[in-house]
Amino acid sequence: MLYQQIAQNKRKTWLVMLSFFCLLLIIGAAVGYAFFSSSLLGIVLAAIVAAVYIVVMVGNSTGVVMSLNHAREVTDTKQYPQLWHIVEDMAMVARVPMPRVFIVTDSSPNAFATGNDPKHAAVAVTTGLLEMMDREELEGVIGHEISHIRNYDIRLATIAMALTAAISLLVNIGMRSFWWGGGRRRNRNDNEGNSGQIILLIGSIVVVILAPIAASLVQMALSRNREYLADASSVELTRNPTGLITALQKIDNSQPMKQADSASAALYIADPFKEKRSLTHLFTTHPPIQQRINRLEHL
Amino acid sequence: MLWIIVIVIVLAIVAAGSYIGFYNSIVRTHNWTDEAWSQIDVQLKRRNDLIPNLVETVKGYAKHEQKTLTDVIDKRNQLATVPAANHEQTMAASNQLSDSLKGVFALSENYPDLKANQQFGQLMEELSNTENKLAYSRQLYNSSAVNYNNKIQTFPGNIIAPIHNFSKINYLETPSDEKKAPKVSFND
Repeated sequence: MLYQQIAQNKRKTWLVMLSFFCLLLIIGAAVGYAFFSSSLLGIVLAAIVAAVYIVVMVGNSTGVVMSLNHAREVTDTKQYPQLWHIVEDMAMVARVPMPRVFIVTDSSPNAFATGNDPKHAAVAVTTGLLEMMDREELEGVIGHEISHIRNYDIRLATIAMALTAAISLLVNIGMRSFWWGGGRRRNRNDNEGNSGQIILLIGSIVVVILAPIAASLVQMALSRNREYLADASSVELTRNPTGLITALQKIDNSQPMKQADSASAALYIADPFKEKRSLTHLFTTHPPIQQRINRLEHL
Repeated sequence: MLWIIVIVIVLAIVAAGSYIGFYNSIVRTHNWTDEAWSQIDVQLKRRNDLIPNLVETVKGYAKHEQKTLTDVIDKRNQLATVPAANHEQTMAASNQLSDSLKGVFALSENYPDLKANQQFGQLMEELSNTENKLAYSRQLYNSSAVNYNNKIQTFPGNIIAPIHNFSKINYLETPSDEKKAPKVSFND
């Protein structure tokens, strides 16, 4: 089942990329129409921005994500022997190469994995995680992250991140030009008084406002299902559900992170911001921890 | 006539191709168990190398615990004499050594100075690490062996296997107390 899941993930990566790209072009057209009065210019701009982001992310996702999250690399076993050994163990049972190891200085316990494929992957943990967890719990958490690597979740997450970032950049460009150059445009619209154009303009602005939400919805839905799978795979590696369960409980009862990067929130093992919103199910990158624990207890 | 020859040749190529493919997949899973075993072997050697250091360190703090220490040394030497090719016997000796080692680590509870010793702390992490890696490589060995055995015992493997003398691989026994909580953590 797992291998089918992995193959499916690889296929899905292309599907997600394609639909994200379409979304991006639509947004480009809307931004172009609303703020530069040329849809084509917007589409070209969107394509260029997206291409640059994807090339940068795929080329060096680990570097980008780690610097966004202020992580520093652990290069020697002696610095964090226990962490290093556990990562080695988990990589060995999962039959993936040893990933690079990073530390984020933050007292909130959390961890994430990133990279493009198992050969170019990295895991990061917070200092809080190392302080609060015993060996079995750490194994559960690292097992979860290594599973993301083995299941190719990291590649999907990386590309989704790049495209979400590209969309928000586009929207920013649009908004800025609206504030700085919008006046001129508005005058011309008044002169022409064409109601059809105004509707199109309003439509474009609505697309621009909704676009980032749509992008993050896709990203969130993608990551939620993967969390359950990674939890289950982690237990398959450690053969010890208790470790991950108590680790998740500890994470649930702790403070949110101080300076996590919002674009990479979906990568973390549990939502770093711990936001409680009314539309919980649509707007969270992670399923509720209690639900994850319930599923683990029934494995 | 020509068509029949072409069909026969194509069928022969397909049959040979799938035979080779299946043969290779059996070999691959067999190699996985070998690889897992070499992991176990590395860890066993590493642990045997660490034990003299451990004994030296503990000796200075716990003079009255000679019996526990000689037990560990005996078990260690015993393990070294087991022929390497005999996986089951090696693992049985290794499990006994793991048990004696737990006795040494339990000592640290009675000797606070020993527990606070930095070198002892490092040795504990090193030995925990080898014990865990042993447990995980054994898990890997067994899961690879299941894969391999399934392949050679089901069709078409059960026809191919005898031709090439592929035989069943025995599983490594897990010590009974590890079934509950598979990982050893000395520094809790």
